[in-house]
Amino acid sequence: MNAETTANQPASKARRRFLNSIAGAAGAGCLMALGVGLYARQASALPSQALRPPGARGEAQFLSACIRCGLCVRDCPYNTLKLATLGSSVATGTPYFEARAIPCEMCDDIPCVKACPTGALDRELSDISKARMGLAVLTDHETCLNFLGLRCDVCYRVCPVIDKAITLEIVHNPRSDRHAMLLPTVHSDYCTGCGKCEKSCVLPVAAIKVYPIKLAKGKLPEHYRKGWEEKAKAGGSLIGDQIKLPVRGLEETAP
Amino acid sequence: MSAIPSGKSSPERPGLEAIAVKGWLRANKWLFLRRLSQLGILALFLLGPWAGIWIVKGNLSSSLTLKTLPLTDPYVLLQSLAAGHFPYRTALIGAAIVAAFYFLVGGRVYCSWVCPVNLISDAAAWARRRLGLKSGHAPDANTRYWLLAGTLIAAGATGSLAWEWVNPVSILHRGLFFGFGLGGFVLLGVFLYDLLLAPRGWCGHVCPMGAFYSLLGRFALLRVSAARRNDCNDCMDCFRVCPEPQVIRPALKQVGQQSPIIDTGNCTLCGRCADVCSKNVFQITHRFNQRSES
Repeated sequence: MNAETTANQPASKARRRFLNSIAGAAGAGCLMALGVGLYARQASALPSQALRPPGARGEAQFLSACIRCGLCVRDCPYNTLKLATLGSSVATGTPYFEARAIPCEMCDDIPCVKACPTGALDRELSDISKARMGLAVLTDHETCLNFLGLRCDVCYRVCPVIDKAITLEIVHNPRSDRHAMLLPTVHSDYCTGCGKCEKSCVLPVAAIKVYPIKLAKGKLPEHYRKGWEEKAKAGGSLIGDQIKLPVRGLEETAP
Repeated sequence: MSAIPSGKSSPERPGLEAIAVKGWLRANKWLFLRRLSQLGILALFLLGPWAGIWIVKGNLSSSLTLKTLPLTDPYVLLQSLAAGHFPYRTALIGAAIVAAFYFLVGGRVYCSWVCPVNLISDAAAWARRRLGLKSGHAPDANTRYWLLAGTLIAAGATGSLAWEWVNPVSILHRGLFFGFGLGGFVLLGVFLYDLLLAPRGWCGHVCPMGAFYSLLGRFALLRVSAARRNDCNDCMDCFRVCPEPQVIRPALKQVGQQSPIIDTGNCTLCGRCADVCSKNVFQITHRFNQRSES
C-alpha cells in the first residue's frame, strides 16, 4: 500500500515544477516559432507587381539571403527601391520596386548590388543588360494604342534595349484592310524587366506591364524542338529535302 | 523626500530614497547614460534620411559606417545561415565584429544600451509600476531559449528569415528609417503585453534576440557586482527596477554563491540597480573583481 502510494507520487515537487515550467516554455516557444514559420511560408509568394532589384537571386534563395538592412535602398540614386513593411504582400523588410511608380534606371555601376552585404543581390551581375528583374508583357491587346492601329510606340521608344527587348512587328490591319499595325513585341532574351515601358505607357492603366519572370513566362515541354532552329543549327534539313509525292486521283479528270 | 521613511520605499516609485540621499543626477546616472546611448545610436542612423548626413547607412540588421565599417547583427545572420544561405564576406566580417564586441563586453549590453525596443518595454514597466498594475503573469524565463531554437528551425524549414517578418526589434529600427506599415501594431502589442499581460514579459522572457545575446555574453567581462551587499537595507528597490530580477538574489544574498558578482548572461548591465540603491550596494565592474567591501 505504502509502496504503491510512493510510486504514484512525484519524485519531488521541485522536479515536477521544473518539468512543468520546461514543458510550458517549450510549448510556448515552439508554438510561436511554428506560427511565424507558417506565416512566412504562406506569405512568401511575390505579388505580381513587385519586382526585385537587379541581381536578386531566385525568390526562394533571396528570402534566405536578404537580411532586410536596406543598404540597397540607400544606394539607389533614383529612389526606385523600397523596403516592404509589415502588412504589404511582399516579405517584411525586403527590397522591391513597382515599375509604374519608379522604374529601374539600369545604372552601369549597379550600386544596389555592390551595397548588398550578404549576396542576396548577386555580385556576379556586372553588366546591367544581363539583369532579369522581371519580364515586360503586353497584357492588354484591347487597349494598346498600337493594336488599335495608332502609332503610339512609346514603350518601344523608351526601352533601354530598344529593337532587341521590344521590337515593332508589322502586321496587316484587317479592319481597315489597307493599313499596317506595328505591334510592340517583347523578347525575353533581352528584356531586363526595368519597367520603363510600363512606367511610360500613355494609358491611364498601362497596357504593358512588367511581371516577375515566373508569372510572365510560359514553358515548352522539354522534348519540343523547333524545326527551323534545328535546321539552322545543322546547316540544312535533318530529314533531307522535301519528298515529292505524286498527286493521285486526278488522272481521270485529265483529258 | 521626508515623506519616505528611511529603509522603506514606495513600490510605485522605487529610487526616491536614492534621490534623497545621492541627489537626482547620481540616482539616475546609468539611466541617463543609457538613454544617451540608445537615442544617440538612433540619431546617428536618422541623420542620414532626415538631414542627409550619411555617417551610418542601413539599420541594426546590417549597416555601413563611414562607407567602410560593416556591422551585421549576428543573430539575423545566423537565421540566414539556418535558412541555407552562406553570405558574402562583408556580412561575415560585420557579424564577427559585432559578436566579438558583445562576447567581450557583455551580450545583453545590446538589449539595454542599443536595442530601441528597450524604450518601449522600459516605458511599459514604468507605467506598470506607476499604475500599480498587478495583472498578468510572465511566461517561464526559458521560453526565450526555446523560441530562439524555434526561430532557427523555422528559418531552416521555410528557407527564409521567418522571425524577421515579425521581429519587433527589426520592425522598430527599420520602421524609423524605411516606414512602419502595420509594424506599429506589433510594437503596440509589445507595449500592451508588457503592461497588462506579462511584467517584463517581452525582453525578459520571450525575445529570442535577447536570448541569443544572453548566450553570447555568458563569459563577458563587464559585470554588476553587489560589492557593498552588507549595507543592504532590504528596501527592494533594485528588485522593482531590475528587468531580470532573478539575477540579483544569488549575488546580493549569497544564495548558492559567495562571489558578489552577478555572473549570468541574463543581466543586461543597465545599471538601474546601482542608480536606485541609496546604499550604493551595486557597481558596474569586471568579472574578476571579487572584492566585497562593507
